[in-house]
Amino acid sequence: MSLSILNFAGSFGHTEERMALTRLLIGPVPLFVLQPVLHRIIRNIALRKPELFNRIGVHREKSFLIDPVNMPFALVLRPDPKSPSLRAYRRRHLPPVDATISGSFLTLMEMVDGRLDGDALFFSRALSVQGDTEAVVCLRNALDDMDGSVVEDAANLFGAPGRKILNGLRRIRQNGER
Amino acid sequence: MERDDTAVVGELVCPAGTPASLRTAVDAGADAVYCGFQNATNARNFPGLNFTPEEMKEAVAYAHARGAKVLLAANTFPPAGQTDLWKRAVDEATAFGIDAIIVADIGVAQYIHSQHPQQRIHLSVQAGAPSIEAIKYYCEEFGVKRVVLPRILTIPEISDLKRQIPCEIECFVFGNHGLMAEGRCSLTNYATGLSTNMDGVCSPAQDVHYEEDQDKNLTTKLGIYTIDCFSCTQSPGYPTICKGRYLTPRKEEGYYAFEEPISLNLARLLPELIKAGVNAFKIEGRQRSKSYVRDVVSSWRHAIDSVMAGDEVDLENLLALTEGGKQTQGAYATKRWR
Repeated sequence: MSLSILNFAGSFGHTEERMALTRLLIGPVPLFVLQPVLHRIIRNIALRKPELFNRIGVHREKSFLIDPVNMPFALVLRPDPKSPSLRAYRRRHLPPVDATISGSFLTLMEMVDGRLDGDALFFSRALSVQGDTEAVVCLRNALDDMDGSVVEDAANLFGAPGRKILNGLRRIRQNGER
Repeated sequence: MERDDTAVVGELVCPAGTPASLRTAVDAGADAVYCGFQNATNARNFPGLNFTPEEMKEAVAYAHARGAKVLLAANTFPPAGQTDLWKRAVDEATAFGIDAIIVADIGVAQYIHSQHPQQRIHLSVQAGAPSIEAIKYYCEEFGVKRVVLPRILTIPEISDLKRQIPCEIECFVFGNHGLMAEGRCSLTNYATGLSTNMDGVCSPAQDVHYEEDQDKNLTTKLGIYTIDCFSCTQSPGYPTICKGRYLTPRKEEGYYAFEEPISLNLARLLPELIKAGVNAFKIEGRQRSKSYVRDVVSSWRHAIDSVMAGDEVDLENLLALTEGGKQTQGAYATKRWR
C-alpha cells in the first residue's frame, strides 16, 4: 500500500474511484496481518476507556458482528472487559454471533467515532441491525458516551502512517463516499 | 393571577442521554439540558442510557460552570408502595443543585414541594395537562413554575392558555411528533408487559426485532406484533406500536392507525410561538446520539438567536435527522395535519 496515494484521496472525483481507493487502503490486507492490529486497538480502548464496559452492562459477554458491507471482511467484537476481542473474518467463515450491525466501512467508522447519528442512519437505510437489539442499543450508547475520538486513538497507535490513513479515509468521506 | 416577572424568554431546552451528550449540548449552545437517572424514574429508561448519581453531579457542575441549567426528568409514575426510588432521585438531584425537576406524578410533586420547597418544579408532558384548570391546580398545589404542553394544541390555543395560567410554558419544537395521550398510553404495556409510564420504557429494546430479507425489505416487530414492513427504498421509523401500519377489513392496504413515522419541526413557527408567550423550546431525543445533539442544538441555537434578532430561519437542513425522513408542524399549525 502506497501512503502517497492518500495525498490524492480528496482529488478523486468519481464515486467508483473513491470506493476503489477505500478498498485499496483497507481491503486487501491479509487477515493474519489485520488480527494483531485489531487486538492492539481493542486492548487500547479497554485500557483508555474502561467506562465503556459499564454502559454495556449485562451484554459484555455478547458477540457483535460489525459488517462493513463494502469490505472483503467483517469484524466480530466481544466487549468483555476481562478479555476484550476484535477479530476479522471472511464472510464464509463467520462464527455465530448475538447481533449484527451492517453498513459501509466509512459509515460505521464515522458512527463509532460519534460523527454520525445511528438513528438517522437507520432511518435512511444506511445502517441495519439484526439479532439482539438491546445488546446493540447498549453498545451504541456506550460508544457514544466516550469522549474524544476512538478512531483517532486507534490511528495514533500506529504513528504517522496511522494518522495518514485516517486523514485519507476522512477526506474520502467528506467527498461523499460511504 | 400571580405572575413570575423573572420568567425566561426563548430558552433552548435540549436532551442528553449520556454525560457526553450533555457536554455536547452545553457546548453547542443549550440554555438548559434535561436528563435522567439510570432507572425507572424517567421516561427514557433505555439500556446503556442515562446517568449514575456521580455522573449527574458532574454534569450539573459542568453545565453550571458554563452558564447552562440541568433539569432532572423524574417523570414517571411510581407503582403503589414503590416510591423510594423516586424520593431518592429527587433528594440526590436536589443535593447536586439541579435547576428543576420535571415531574408527572402528583405524589412526586408533593414530595418535592414539602421536602424541598425551594426546588423548582416543571410539569412534564407525561402529566398530560393541557387545560387551564389542570395547570392552575398543579401551580397552586405544588408550586409548579413551568408546564411542558402536550403536542396537541394549536398556537392560538397556546396563546389563550398562556393568558390564563400563572406559569411558564415549554413547547416541543423538534423531534418526536408525540400525539398520543402522554402519561396514559398503554400500548407498550399491552404488547410487552412493561409500562412506558411506570417502567419508563416505550418499546423496550429487548422486545424489538428487525428482520431484513435478501432484497433488503425490512420488517420491524415488537414482541409478537409486526409494526411495519418497508421496501428497500422506504425509510423506517421507530418500532413503536403507535407508528405501525395495520390491516383492517375497511382498508385495502396497511394504514397508520395512530400516527406516522414523522418528526416535528417548528422552525418556521418560532416567531408565532414567541408571540404566543412560549418561554422555552424543547428538543426531543434523549435516546439519540451526541452527533444528533450537536447538529440539532447548534441549528436551533442559531434559529432562536436569529428570530430574537428579527431575522427569518429555516431548518430544512435537519431533515436528514428526522424520523422516516419526514417532518411536520403537527397540531401547532392545524388539527387536520393528516
